[in-house]
Amino acid sequence: MSKRTVELHWGKHHQNYVDGLNKQLATSMFYGYTLEELIKEGYNNGNPLPEYNNAAQVWNHHFFWESMQPESGGSPEGGVLQQIEKDFGSFTNFREEFICSALSLLGSGWVWLVLKREERKLSVVCTRNAISPLALGDIPIMNLDLWEHAYYLDYKDDRRMYVTNFIDHLVSWHTVTLRMMRGEAFVNLGEPNIPVA
Amino acid sequence: MALRTLISGKTLAAAALGGARTLAAARGVATVALPDLPYDYGALEPAISGEIMRLHHQKHHAAYVANYNKALEQLDAAVTKGDATTVVQLQSAIKFNGGGHINHSIFWKNLKPISEGGGESPHQKLGWAIDEDFGSFEALLKKMNAEGAALQGSGWVWLALDKEAKKLSVETTANQDPLVTKGVNLVPLLGIDVWEHAYYLQYKNVRPDYLSNIWKVINWKYAGEVYENAVA
Repeated sequence: MSKRTVELHWGKHHQNYVDGLNKQLATSMFYGYTLEELIKEGYNNGNPLPEYNNAAQVWNHHFFWESMQPESGGSPEGGVLQQIEKDFGSFTNFREEFICSALSLLGSGWVWLVLKREERKLSVVCTRNAISPLALGDIPIMNLDLWEHAYYLDYKDDRRMYVTNFIDHLVSWHTVTLRMMRGEAFVNLGEPNIPVA
Repeated sequence: MALRTLISGKTLAAAALGGARTLAAARGVATVALPDLPYDYGALEPAISGEIMRLHHQKHHAAYVANYNKALEQLDAAVTKGDATTVVQLQSAIKFNGGGHINHSIFWKNLKPISEGGGESPHQKLGWAIDEDFGSFEALLKKMNAEGAALQGSGWVWLALDKEAKKLSVETTANQDPLVTKGVNLVPLLGIDVWEHAYYLQYKNVRPDYLSNIWKVINWKYAGEVYENAVA
């Protein structure tokens, strides 16, 4: 991911969402809400209110920057790797599914690794435009921006190369581990270990 | 030197797809082909850069054509076999890629180099209709710019004619949905692509600048012809 892309993506796109949201909040009933509350309430069960788009994009982009680390990628270790192997069969399967999903998204959106609350497992999901798994009730673990502005300068129309480079060289498994640990406070992933008296 | 490469590029891309078309045609599926641009890639500068035009035509539109043809063949096979599940499953690929082909084919005709009349305001029937339905030509441009800029994600902004009601309107569609998805009687007079790939290399995130500049190369003559044929 080139410096120019990050400069524009963070300094212009992300910044514009922040400025836009602040402007809306000045006269909105949502003033004082936290960002996560804004997203959940603003989504309004699929009929998003005006503040939703800016709020979600602010959150999504922040989450995105933190999902990456310079010269990272590779594969996770320990508990995260175990959970991925459990839910996808193997890390290779997960990687394939992640890339495939990203390529099958038509138009603008995001691809996520989420921890699904109901099914109690990791899953790869795609969302359109600014839709967030938070609004859908799941716990995001990592995401990748698939809007064209995220990759056009570096890759032109070659989304495949962009996604592959992300999963192979940029995704921060360290951050993923921290988020999984926090997620496990809300989702019971294993059978509870009840000691026999 | 850049100009010569630009000229040879566009016909090359069209020729490459011609081969695939004949093969499928032999099996009875009427596939589509990438249309040639009626002008060189660099002819719309400085409103739209030659690099964008080349990528837009040779990569994006070509991909829609290729994927639409592929989906059509798969659809044909599924219909013949009576495989309803596959038929339904293919719908989103057909809508997306078919829509992409339809929309971009219109788009290339909506643009014209300044030297060949691009940007000249509409006259006669279309001009009067615009004044009647929007108040003024400037009001129409302002509306299209506003709706184009406000569109979230990817999509198109259209000047549409309802051929039943004989009224003009400004519409937007998401992704590659053709105008007809907004109303069966809607005829596209003008479409402006607001997907980021249409302007990013030149205008970066400033979509409003792209929109205000594209009017310099809009082909109102073509829009006028479509209008007059539709209301006749």
